[in-house]
Amino acid sequence: MLKFENVSKVYDDGFKAVDSISFEIPKGELLVLIGPSGSGKSTTMKMINRMVPHTSGTILIDGKDTNSYVASDLRRSIGYVIQQIGLFPHYTIEKNISIVPQLNGWSEEKTKARVLELMELVGLDPAIFATRYPKELSGGQQQRVGIARALASDPDVILMDEPFSALDPLTREQLQGELISLHKKLNKTIIFVTHDMDEALKMGDRIAIMKDGKLLQLDTPEKLLHEPAHGFVEEFIGKHRIIQNPELMPVIDIMSESIITSFPQSSPEKAISLIRQRKITDLIIVDEDKTLLGIVSAYDVIKNLTTIKTIEEVMAPVEHYLQDTTSAKDAIIMMDETPFGMIPIVNDKKKVVGLVTRGSLLSAMSSQWTETEDTHE
Amino acid sequence: MNNLSIWQQLTQQLQMRWGEVLEATSVHIQLVFFSMLIAIALGVSLGILVTRVPKLSTLVLGGAGVMQTIPSLALLGFMIPLFGIGVKTAIAALFLYSLLPIIRNTYTGIKDVDPATREAAKGMGMTSAQILFKVELPLAIPVIMAGIRTAAVINVGNATLAAFIGAGGLGDFIFLGITRGIDGLILLGAIPAALLAIVLELFFSGVERWTTPKGLKAE
Repeated sequence: MLKFENVSKVYDDGFKAVDSISFEIPKGELLVLIGPSGSGKSTTMKMINRMVPHTSGTILIDGKDTNSYVASDLRRSIGYVIQQIGLFPHYTIEKNISIVPQLNGWSEEKTKARVLELMELVGLDPAIFATRYPKELSGGQQQRVGIARALASDPDVILMDEPFSALDPLTREQLQGELISLHKKLNKTIIFVTHDMDEALKMGDRIAIMKDGKLLQLDTPEKLLHEPAHGFVEEFIGKHRIIQNPELMPVIDIMSESIITSFPQSSPEKAISLIRQRKITDLIIVDEDKTLLGIVSAYDVIKNLTTIKTIEEVMAPVEHYLQDTTSAKDAIIMMDETPFGMIPIVNDKKKVVGLVTRGSLLSAMSSQWTETEDTHE
Repeated sequence: MNNLSIWQQLTQQLQMRWGEVLEATSVHIQLVFFSMLIAIALGVSLGILVTRVPKLSTLVLGGAGVMQTIPSLALLGFMIPLFGIGVKTAIAALFLYSLLPIIRNTYTGIKDVDPATREAAKGMGMTSAQILFKVELPLAIPVIMAGIRTAAVINVGNATLAAFIGAGGLGDFIFLGITRGIDGLILLGAIPAALLAIVLELFFSGVERWTTPKGLKAE
């Protein structure tokens, strides 16, 4: 869909804003460009619609060199949303959204219908807002118009340059959520520039981290967090971030590896003593290869102590267990469903590698939360 | 005759010369109108030009500024070798005098358009001409009109000096009054000139309000 081949931007004074970067974005992806100021992230984005012309390399959209277009034609085919919003103050909201369709020579009826559709899409009632002027709207409402305006002629690619940075945190959160669902619904390719790592992790299908004009790593949020390719990436992401978002915290980081297991052939007496000794309520049953077989609750063992020979007879199958590739969030959700106060974690061969209990979950979350608090102080 | 009060002199002069006053006023208006017409056409164009070619801004704004520092009477004098004596010279001088406020306000008005609006316009694929006519000029209009208003009011005052080089207008009465020592005659020229300036001021204020885009007006 969108491809950078050794693209550089060198200014006349010799400053290399972007240094030979190459990457490819598949259709429908939301790619976040992030980095400290001066990293070249905005420049990289603006080279796509030639707001900043690149000095070497090739940028291709659907296999076509962007330099083969007339600049204004290229820009009309790409949505553009900026931090300062930049609505035309002398145009009504309706007229503001109509700009690109009109430049493209759409008929009046088609434009009007499209404007109404878009206003609904971004959550602005046309009956109230169509005839208003930008200054009568709040910042959040203005940026909704900004997004509607960028979508107006149904472009495949949309560029967003820190679109929510100037908004208050509450509105920002709301618009982030709405953009995510819009993106899912419309399947647009979005290039989103931000300096806010939380925003990047929340929005991005993939995240490109830039520094000093170089692309350091381009990966999914999960991969960036677990396998930072560069010391700077790790530092920039900030270790505490994983904690803030259980979705991104691998379950193996919070599970306890010292698990108490027993074999099915074990006698009930032996099992009881183990349960008492370790002060646990349930016992995980495995075979010699540590393959998960089932679970035995202390209650069932004590109740049937005299009638059973091996604990296999009271063993229940384990319906709630997790693969070691899942996240802490999955564990939290499953903890709510399981009748036992614990979740065995297994590898791809169904061998038990660890255990998440309510207690370990809580202590993992709380210790990491306090760590986060500390780093903020 | 000199024993009469100013008011009596004025009414007497007006009775004697009211036909001439009307004619002089009409000449005066023509001087202002034509010099302003050229000044607006050239001033706005030059103002736009310097926003497109920033290198010229020092030259154009500086040049128009220098023009402004030349005393108006002297400027009229300088024009005589070029255009001779009469209306043409007066219009040329008045035009040069009106240029600066118009160029400067056009330039400032366009320069002061929010860069975000301009960037959005460009990013949406507007050409430079579309940005100028759909965004920059409509947003700069109130400032440009203010410049034209200032120029017009100054112009009415300066146009009285046109009488010195034989271009006529309300200045005729003023100079006649000075040479003959008739205060009433001076007023006969000065009052209509002042009224004209006030009328123009009100007129252009109205135009300024009327041309200000609705989205920019304070509620």
